[in-house]
Amino acid sequence: MEVQPIREIDVSVLRDAVARLIVEANYNIPDDVLQALRDAAVREESPLGRQTLEQLVRNYEIAAAERLPVCQDSGVAVVMLEMGQDVHWTGGSVQEAVFEGVREGTRSGYLRWSVTGDPTRMLRTAGTEAPAVIHIDLVTGDAVRLTLASKGFGAENMSALRMFVPADGVAGISDFVVETVDRAGANACPPIIVGVGVGGTFETAALLAKKAVLRPLNVRHPRADLCRLEGDLLERVNDLGIGPQGFGGRVTALAVNVEVYPTHIAGLPVAVNLGCHSTRRMSATI
Amino acid sequence: MPPTPTHINCNNGVTDADLDSLHAGDAVELTGRVFSFRDATALRLTRALEAGAPIPVSLDRQILYAVGPSPPKPGQIIGSAGPTTTARMARFLPTLFAAGVRAVIGKGELRGDEMTAFTTHGAVYLAAIGGLGALLAKQIASAEVAGYGDLGPEALYSLEIHAFPAVVIIDTHGSNFHEQARVDWRRAR
Repeated sequence: MEVQPIREIDVSVLRDAVARLIVEANYNIPDDVLQALRDAAVREESPLGRQTLEQLVRNYEIAAAERLPVCQDSGVAVVMLEMGQDVHWTGGSVQEAVFEGVREGTRSGYLRWSVTGDPTRMLRTAGTEAPAVIHIDLVTGDAVRLTLASKGFGAENMSALRMFVPADGVAGISDFVVETVDRAGANACPPIIVGVGVGGTFETAALLAKKAVLRPLNVRHPRADLCRLEGDLLERVNDLGIGPQGFGGRVTALAVNVEVYPTHIAGLPVAVNLGCHSTRRMSATI
Repeated sequence: MPPTPTHINCNNGVTDADLDSLHAGDAVELTGRVFSFRDATALRLTRALEAGAPIPVSLDRQILYAVGPSPPKPGQIIGSAGPTTTARMARFLPTLFAAGVRAVIGKGELRGDEMTAFTTHGAVYLAAIGGLGALLAKQIASAEVAGYGDLGPEALYSLEIHAFPAVVIIDTHGSNFHEQARVDWRRAR
């Protein structure tokens, strides 16, 4: 049997990458999102909606040029690691390295500290031991692909998950997506990005929806039927008329991204994770 | 063409005449003083008011701005400072209105009872653009903590704003611009 060489990486490399990504992600909106907003500003029929989109583009240009956070809500840092199984970490804890990177970048980048240590708020002086949410996928190889998203809670709060049954089918999924966007309205900071996760178990659906919301807007699902579904859902969502910031118009969402995973023969879990127009994400490979 | 903004002075609070002149969908530019509030600020203010305890500032005729700014960089007056979702603080608004608040700047929708709180008090809801934090910070000429400094970004700030842009969502005549916009732009299927 061939023995795979183990690659050793010091956790400080991960810490430094996280610290850099969180600052850069908060100053620079992804190119595909900025382009989608520029296109939307041309396409939008509502005068107030168009003006709003133009303002958003200007905000992003100024934030990048002057190196300012695009939004005061620098969110919860969601760190996704596609970790090669031939990597051996040295020098300390991987989790603590991510947390330390978030702390460092938040400080050096003048980002708002937006995490409370105790969600129940019963502890009055809750510390901030865990300033990030970490998801790890084990993959083959000896590289680590790191994606950091600063997830604002205006849109996060309006997300939803429901356990459907098989008979509900695509019609059930579709109505749920439209209903969730309709209920979210202006609160999710439209134009939004809609991430839909279908399948797996309760928690898989939510994680798939998060991955969907973080997929670049110019990437469609490789399965033809799902690519069509994404297009149909985008049209239905935009027909709601919510428009930029709920001021009315044609552009409520910039994209609907769907991700799927096998599920139980009795089930159909569906999660809808919403991303505001300021969906900040940045990736690096270690 | 987008609407031309109405200028509102709020140096010493706002007048009823100014508020009554506004209609849902109007663009406004505010100049003067507003106080910031967020989840923790609203909770503390409300608890104090309900207990008859003192609060750090007088809210008489004042405007509240739902914002929790990011820290200023060296040389900056304030960090990014766009609006946060108003609905999270909606349950506190009746008490704050009773204490004198006349208008709220925030983002997002207010429905049903949340809207009724405004109309019964003749208060106005203004939406600034969410996610415009870097640009809106440039309309803030000074920022001072006026109370509850221990709350960090949720402290009660006194903010001097200049030509601060917003859209009238709920006016004193019972209209809601978000609701109207949906009716106007929805495509039936």
